[in-house]
Amino acid sequence: MVTLVPAGPDPAGPDSTASGPTGPGGGSARGRRPGTGRLAALLVSPTLLVLGLVVLYPIISAVRLAFYQRNDGIDPETGLLVQGDRFVGIDNFTDMFTGENADRFLNALTNTTTFTVVAVSIEVVVGVLMALVMHRAFRGRALVRAAILVPWAVPTAIAGLLWRWVFQADGVANDLLPGAPVLWTTDGVQAWFAVVIADTWKTAPFIGLLVLAGLQVISAEIYEAARLDGAGPWRTFFSITLPLVKPTLLVAVLFRTLDTLRMFDLPYTLIGPGKEATDTVTVLAFEEAVKFGKYGPASAYAVVLFVYVALVAFAFVRLLGADVFGTKGRRSR
Amino acid sequence: MRWRYLGIAAIVVYCLAPFYWMLVSSLRRTSDIFDSGPLPDPVSLESYRAAFATGNGFLRALLNSFVVAGVTTAVVLLVATFAGYALARLEFRGKYVVLALIIATSMFPGISLLVPLLELFSGIGWINTYQAMIVPSVGCVLPLAVWNLTAFFRQMPLELEEAAQIDGCTPAGAFRRVILPLAAPGVFTTAIITFIAAWNEFIIALSVVNKNELKTAPVITSQFTGTTSFDSPFGTQMAAGVIVTIPLVVLVLLFQRRIVAGLTAGGVK
Repeated sequence: MVTLVPAGPDPAGPDSTASGPTGPGGGSARGRRPGTGRLAALLVSPTLLVLGLVVLYPIISAVRLAFYQRNDGIDPETGLLVQGDRFVGIDNFTDMFTGENADRFLNALTNTTTFTVVAVSIEVVVGVLMALVMHRAFRGRALVRAAILVPWAVPTAIAGLLWRWVFQADGVANDLLPGAPVLWTTDGVQAWFAVVIADTWKTAPFIGLLVLAGLQVISAEIYEAARLDGAGPWRTFFSITLPLVKPTLLVAVLFRTLDTLRMFDLPYTLIGPGKEATDTVTVLAFEEAVKFGKYGPASAYAVVLFVYVALVAFAFVRLLGADVFGTKGRRSR
Repeated sequence: MRWRYLGIAAIVVYCLAPFYWMLVSSLRRTSDIFDSGPLPDPVSLESYRAAFATGNGFLRALLNSFVVAGVTTAVVLLVATFAGYALARLEFRGKYVVLALIIATSMFPGISLLVPLLELFSGIGWINTYQAMIVPSVGCVLPLAVWNLTAFFRQMPLELEEAAQIDGCTPAGAFRRVILPLAAPGVFTTAIITFIAAWNEFIIALSVVNKNELKTAPVITSQFTGTTSFDSPFGTQMAAGVIVTIPLVVLVLLFQRRIVAGLTAGGVK
């Protein structure tokens, strides 16, 4: 839901491994001062309490709910009116893949995946291009920086409405494009494209901003050396720029990927719920929970999405070596 | 150099054109809303009057947004400043577990928190209350704020606390008297970023409130209805969209340098 990439602090950076606040001659062998542990516990516990209540408890509760369904109507065996929740085992999960809602769910899972793969790929390319252009620009930096923050600052729900207006049958997109008007916002592959375009507009500048920050710490001497060695612009980009911004880029891509996997606002406001081409898993779960009050199946959707997100995050960190914690190469001290 | 300026111009147009179109459309009369000229001709505030028409409850929605985003920001800052300081400056057991936990929670998909919270809130009568919007928002933006503030505290020279402690301050005293005043710019930047994130929150506000008087501005804007049910009142929506976005654009223009520094702080090492 938060559409930002948390900038990584450097927990194991050079000075954190040294010591806490240590007066001369104070503390134990590791340089701790008496009372530091208690102070740290005091300072960190409100955060842990909030996260425990608002994040951890709901996750556990979602797993529990996913095994229940609401009773409504008459029990066929006893003929009595029953109320409350009933344990249904893994029914919610099997329904998802083989039941009557299986098509809708598998379709939503596919949409979620294709949105993520395609949108994030385009955003990375556009973002890197933007960063390269901005990197060498000396005039108008403030203007560009302000401009680039505008798509980031526009609320996603409002961005959805804005693009819905742009993509109307008699809207400006069709005015600018040649040929017969396209019915973008109804359904079908064009609706899927409309969401990808809107998402790219909203987040590519942000990736550009992060990559730009990564570019600015590459020293000019490396480029100078490459130039002396006779490397052309392409060679310089692929052999120097790209490897050196890769850690920044990878973390940005990871957070954007996780963000796109839970996409809701854009498909919901730009196209609307209940559309085959653009329903994501979150849209489906939202509909089940809010519109129909079916917390059991909705939780099952949410749990599956949660597992999916966790697997993707794990793959990023393990296989691609995304340095989320900012600790790589720092522990040697 | 010429292509570079072309590139810069392309980026600016790319970023601003859709927003500009929202602004232009909001200033047209309803009768010429489908014009595709680059300027509204004539300029009309009709859509703005329609957005603020009493039946819409848009003014109240703006107030609700300010309450929800404001309280969320205040709570988040209070909690995150303490945690950020501890994580950046104190050595304690379990520090990496705490950091990992905070990062992990920021990765959770919102819907897997929302469904159980919705069930809980309907059980305890929190549906249609401010706290039902504020509490989940706090949980969602807190990891980001802690992360940002940790990065800010790390950038401050360690000598400050050492000097304070030589002068007889306890760790808590050093934090309160020396670090906190100096960290004010970082706290302020985090406040802006947190406020924008909370202001833009949509799915929680959409789910836990169904009374018009309590809906936030983005939610109510997305639910504006036209004269007929098949007709989306685009002019009104664009006008409302501009008003919802203006506070954020003003923040961006005023504090662009700080926001960029905050968003990228520590992300690059």
